[in-house]
Amino acid sequence: MRWLFNLSFRHKIPLWTSFLISLSIFVVGAALMTRAYNDMKNAVVISADNLGHTLANTVAPTLLHDDVWRAFEIVRSPIRAESARTPVQVDAVVVLTRDNKVFVSSDPDALPMLTEAASLGSDWRRLGERLSVPGEQKWPLVLEPDDSSYLYLVLPIIDKDAQLGHLVLRYAKSVFHPWFIDTIWQGLGIGLLVLAVLIPINWYWGSRMATPLVDLAQRMGMMLEKPPEPLPPDLYPYHDELGQLFQAYDRMVLALRDKAALENEMVKSERLAAIGQLTAGIAHEINNPLAGLITAVDTLKLRQDLDPKARRHLELIDRGLMQIRDTVAALLVQTRVQARPLNQHDLEDIHTLIQPQVGARRIRLDWSAAMPAELPAPASLVRQILINLLLNAVQAAEEGGHVSLWLGRKDDSETCLTIVVRNDGTQLDDEQLARLFEPFASTRTGGHGLGLWVTYQIVTQLNGCISARNVDEQVEFVVNLPLGETPCSTASA
Amino acid sequence: MGNTLNLLPSRNRRDWLIRSGCFAAVGLIGLTRKSQAADGKIRVGMTPAFLHDQHSLLGEWRAFMAASLKRPVEFVQRDSYRETMDLLRLEKLDFAWICDYPYLHLKQEVRLLAVPLYQGRPHYRSYLIVRKDNTKVGSMKDLSGSVFAYADPYSNTGYLAPRYEIRQSGHDPRSFFRKTFFTWSHRKVVEAVASGLAHGGAVDSYIWETLSIVEPALPARTRVVSRSPEYGFPPFVSHRSVSGADFQTMQQHLLDMARTDAGRRLLGRLHLDGFTAGTPALYDGVAQMMRAFGEA
Repeated sequence: MRWLFNLSFRHKIPLWTSFLISLSIFVVGAALMTRAYNDMKNAVVISADNLGHTLANTVAPTLLHDDVWRAFEIVRSPIRAESARTPVQVDAVVVLTRDNKVFVSSDPDALPMLTEAASLGSDWRRLGERLSVPGEQKWPLVLEPDDSSYLYLVLPIIDKDAQLGHLVLRYAKSVFHPWFIDTIWQGLGIGLLVLAVLIPINWYWGSRMATPLVDLAQRMGMMLEKPPEPLPPDLYPYHDELGQLFQAYDRMVLALRDKAALENEMVKSERLAAIGQLTAGIAHEINNPLAGLITAVDTLKLRQDLDPKARRHLELIDRGLMQIRDTVAALLVQTRVQARPLNQHDLEDIHTLIQPQVGARRIRLDWSAAMPAELPAPASLVRQILINLLLNAVQAAEEGGHVSLWLGRKDDSETCLTIVVRNDGTQLDDEQLARLFEPFASTRTGGHGLGLWVTYQIVTQLNGCISARNVDEQVEFVVNLPLGETPCSTASA
Repeated sequence: MGNTLNLLPSRNRRDWLIRSGCFAAVGLIGLTRKSQAADGKIRVGMTPAFLHDQHSLLGEWRAFMAASLKRPVEFVQRDSYRETMDLLRLEKLDFAWICDYPYLHLKQEVRLLAVPLYQGRPHYRSYLIVRKDNTKVGSMKDLSGSVFAYADPYSNTGYLAPRYEIRQSGHDPRSFFRKTFFTWSHRKVVEAVASGLAHGGAVDSYIWETLSIVEPALPARTRVVSRSPEYGFPPFVSHRSVSGADFQTMQQHLLDMARTDAGRRLLGRLHLDGFTAGTPALYDGVAQMMRAFGEA
């Protein structure tokens, strides 16, 4: 039985409702049938009562005068041929004398005259017992023995105030059975017709309701394996409980997505912060001995007695140390420099500075920098960010490609400076996007992979934020820097 | 009227019937008798001596008779011999076709007019019938203690003859059967036996045989167990008050019936061959049975 309850709603709803519809039709049908049966029985009793009164009055004189033949003609008159039978057609008429003997009957073969009623079978014995009960009888007496196939109606035959005997009308239930079965078939036909109409409607409605539920259940079941997808908006566009459930699910899906994005961002930030600490530690550890080494090499170079070979080696060491110092310096992002506010000259300088690379790669550069004469942002750091991003974009763009810069305050914000740099180079894949701001994560040959790292470090230390994404077949970097103590309200442009 | 009642079989219920019937008849006749006697109409009583419920046949016969006699004719139908006998006694009828038994009863009041010829002879019998499927009964004595249907208390073949047979066998017809009843017509005796209401019945042979031709299904459900000796056929009688001329005219009319096409056609429908003048001696057999019961 449990499997029945474990069935999918897709089947369970139509099955249950079909079952309930069938049950209702059956119960209503059975009630109507019972009613029809009782009505028919009542019709028989009413008809029998009318007939009985007429016969009882007519037959009374014959009983009084012992006119058997006349009585026979009277009781035989309502009997029809077998083929003309209806439920209200009397099966037999019997006149009983006062002492419950058959005076005459419409069927002398089965119910011969002068026979004791009690000897005609259990029905007649019971009838005789009922008639012999002393006291007031309620007429007509209707008798329907359980195990009998007949219904009996009895009336007294009275002449003036003397009771001469009883008139018994017998009705065959077997005659009203076919009639009743006809009624049942009719009812069954109507029931089936109603079912034929209701069941398809019910199946459609059931599946209409079950399909979104099944879809929802499947999506929720998959939730741990992959991020859930929102439901198609036209799946169930109504606002009942089911609709509310789907809306709640959609809200939950969105919340889960935001949460996942936030977690990703946090993981990335934490990793980058850890890498920053590590590199800073290593850089400091290298810087201390490096300073001594450089001083020592400088001192050695001042000596005149060095042979050319040694001097050449010394030069080699010196260049190597210089490269180490440059690399370490790049890793050690220093933001605590004297802060001069950014002005328009800085932008002009940068424009000039990157021209050689732009020219070399025949890049088309869109320059859109809208700013007042001065902005309260550290000029040297912003310059470094701009140079890094622009050079990176120029390198990433196709030969003869396109690079654009937009700098300004989004929506005239007083507190936030936004820089947007785009290039039309190769789109970044997810893996690259995830590790873009890590040191030595260059995506192209020839780069040392510290440019974006340094940019990230600077932006982070300035309490700003930087993000990269693929948009309109372009790669876009967006930097938001706070102009003052208040952090930028939005993480991305 | 009192002596008539005394002649009847002593049964209270029947006495009641007959007495009330007589009173009703007397009342009716008393009201209309004179007016009818004055208009020259011939009144003929028809009884269950034949299949008197064939109304179209009666209509034709009446028209034929009126045309032949050139006088208006009225047929007066009654369902029991008793009623017709009363009408005759009270001169309400001029002529009547009655059973031989009533004829002997009314011998003082009526004259024998003509006797129908059945199968060429003025005779008929009483048939003892039982239901077709009742094969156990071979004679009247097998019906002892059963339910028996008589035709009419004034019927010879339907009452007197079977009772005489029982009496001759040494039994009392009053207690021989468990129960008896009258159906007031021979045809209904056949019906009573065929339906099983009565185990046996006594019926006019002419009627049973005629039924076998006109309505064969009904007598086919019965079986003739025994046939009685021959008796004189139920006669046409005339009241003694009818004038000699009328008597002659009517008698001649009946005797001539077989000589005309229309008459023969009517006789054919009646399943008769014609009429003969007959003699009262034809009915000696009936008179003998009546004497056995102290009635004549």
